Amino acid sequence: MPYTPENRERALRIIARYPERRSALLPLLHLAQDQDGWLSPDAMAEIAELLGIEPVEVLGVASFYTMYKRDRPRRLVVSVCTNVSCLVNGAGQVHEAVAEAFAADDEILVEEVECLAACDAAPVLQVNYEFHPVAGPEAAVALVEEYRRGDRTARGVSGGRALR
Amino acid sequence: MSVTETRIVTRRLREHPDAHTLERYLATGGYEALRRALQMTPDAVRDEQVTASGLRGRGGAGFGTGQKWSFLPAGVHPRYLVVNGDEGEPCTFKDHMLIEGDPHQIVEGAAIAAYAIGAHHAFCYVRGEFALGIERLERAVAEAYDAGFLGRDVCGSGYDLEMVVHPGAGAYVAGDETGLLSSLEGGRAMPRIKPPFPAVQGLYAAPTVVNNVETVATLPHIILMGGDAYARLGVGRSTGTRIFSVSGHVRRPGNYEVELGITFRDLIEGLAGGVRDGKRMKFFIPGGASSPWLLPDHLDEPLDMDHVTQNLRTMLGSGAVMVFDEDTDPALVAWRLARFFAHESCGKCTPCREGSDWLEKVLFRIAHGRGRPEDLDLMLSFGQTIVPDLDRTPFNQTTICALGPSTMSPVVSLDRWFRDEILERCGADRRRIPVVPA
Ligand SMILES: Cc1cc2nc3c(=O)[nH]c(=O)nc-3n(C[C@H](O)[C@H](O)[C@H](O)COP(=O)(O)O)c2cc1C
Ligand code: SF4
Repeated sequence: MPYTPENRERALRIIARYPERRSALLPLLHLAQDQDGWLSPDAMAEIAELLGIEPVEVLGVASFYTMYKRDRPRRLVVSVCTNVSCLVNGAGQVHEAVAEAFAADDEILVEEVECLAACDAAPVLQVNYEFHPVAGPEAAVALVEEYRRGDRTARGVSGGRALR
Repeated sequence: MSVTETRIVTRRLREHPDAHTLERYLATGGYEALRRALQMTPDAVRDEQVTASGLRGRGGAGFGTGQKWSFLPAGVHPRYLVVNGDEGEPCTFKDHMLIEGDPHQIVEGAAIAAYAIGAHHAFCYVRGEFALGIERLERAVAEAYDAGFLGRDVCGSGYDLEMVVHPGAGAYVAGDETGLLSSLEGGRAMPRIKPPFPAVQGLYAAPTVVNNVETVATLPHIILMGGDAYARLGVGRSTGTRIFSVSGHVRRPGNYEVELGITFRDLIEGLAGGVRDGKRMKFFIPGGASSPWLLPDHLDEPLDMDHVTQNLRTMLGSGAVMVFDEDTDPALVAWRLARFFAHESCGKCTPCREGSDWLEKVLFRIAHGRGRPEDLDLMLSFGQTIVPDLDRTPFNQTTICALGPSTMSPVVSLDRWFRDEILERCGADRRRIPVVPA
């Protein structure tokens, strides 16, 4: 989907911060994903137009980075770290339990990710890029369930929420 | 054991839960260092303060900060400062804490660095997953503009500085300085061959300095205490303090800022409480996933960058210390790290792209009980296409960036310390299988 008028304004402000427009590509992709829950072909085409590059160049860059999701919109992205400090603290079981519990929910993506730089709290996961240490598999499932029910609200699904 | 932290860079955030606010920052001496630096000449900041302090980069390679700045060609403008907050090295979590906990310190440090190198544009590249960190750093930058610490005529000095917070999007290799610049230019984070070094041709092909978040966060303190005084902390050419991220099977995992020169034992047992659950340590990784491992026998060695490189065949790297207890399977850890490298290889260099995948597959079968007798030597053999001389420290390499050689650290560690255990599991006898010369 195209940017809302408000987000298009933000996109123009972001572009203006850089000496060269193309540098705004990553932030603009975050902005689009936060708005729509994914990167639609339309959104990438609009970004290409804003930056004066080809849509395929946008796709080529977006596909390089793990945070950008291009298959379909999601409401929640659950990222479970399974790198070594989390691994030796039970992350394997946490990932398995969460992936299984929400496998049938199309709006939730459960993914295994590399080290999230929060190893003092291992095992950790993120829901829409908000950090949570979790005590174990049950606690992790219960936490994601709170987000699913809406008892906890998460902001955009790209961590780009902060962009002015 | 009475070892204590020496809190310089982490002091404010440890003492104040609201250390990320401008009010707290100003109430605790914030931006005083920038004012003082602006009264010196840029060269004096670089030479008499930063070079004199002996500060070395905290991003992994440990290069002298003042020296790196001096490589910028004279008279070539524009030039840029880029702060590296991509922090992706497994089990490193210090920059994450600094960005969330004390963002103004990074803004101030970056402003000092930019002034010293004569840049009028600075970028802080922050790992995309650090949503809260990006938000806080963005706010800090906005507050600094409003308060006159950024923008036109900083603190009435006539010096202008623009600063932009830039989000990454999930790629370890974007932490490499040339990968980072490509990413910041709106491309894939693929490293490129050096030279030219970024100091000569960096962002938009202009002279550029890339410095780590912790490096930059140290600068205000160097200005306040004086470069010479900072140089008196630490040991040998490892001056000052560093933040070590200790994790794994320890009682008190966390970030500890210590004076360089204390021992691994002081850090792991004294501060982090040693191995938990009454178990013993099997091995530890001293400087991030890219560094070869060490054994409990090495606990009394000092945290001294040169000593660790020259005498222990590893490195202090990013300061991530991972501790594993006696029940840990070293092959499983090696496999998980190999999977990390295979996933993160950008694919530009064939030895790294193919080699990292091979290593992951062979280590997978060893870790999952299907290892073959020749497997360890097989990996050492084809690993030589990435690292021609595995006995050299630091590794030499056939690849563009240091990710390639890092893939061999887990394998070399298994061979150094757990060869018998691995061979036994793979059903081999103890003969070395002749290795094909590289
Ligand atoms: C694969 C790879 C990943 C890296 N990741 C980081 C990182 O996350 N943060 C960082 O500061 N440096 C990282 N580095 C090192 C940077 O290339 C660079 O040396 C450093 O940012 C320079 O800053 P310093 O001199 O202040 O240490 C990485 C290097 C490589 C090869
Ligand atoms: S060594 Fe690996 S990660 Fe680095 S540039 Fe080559 S292929 Fe990419």
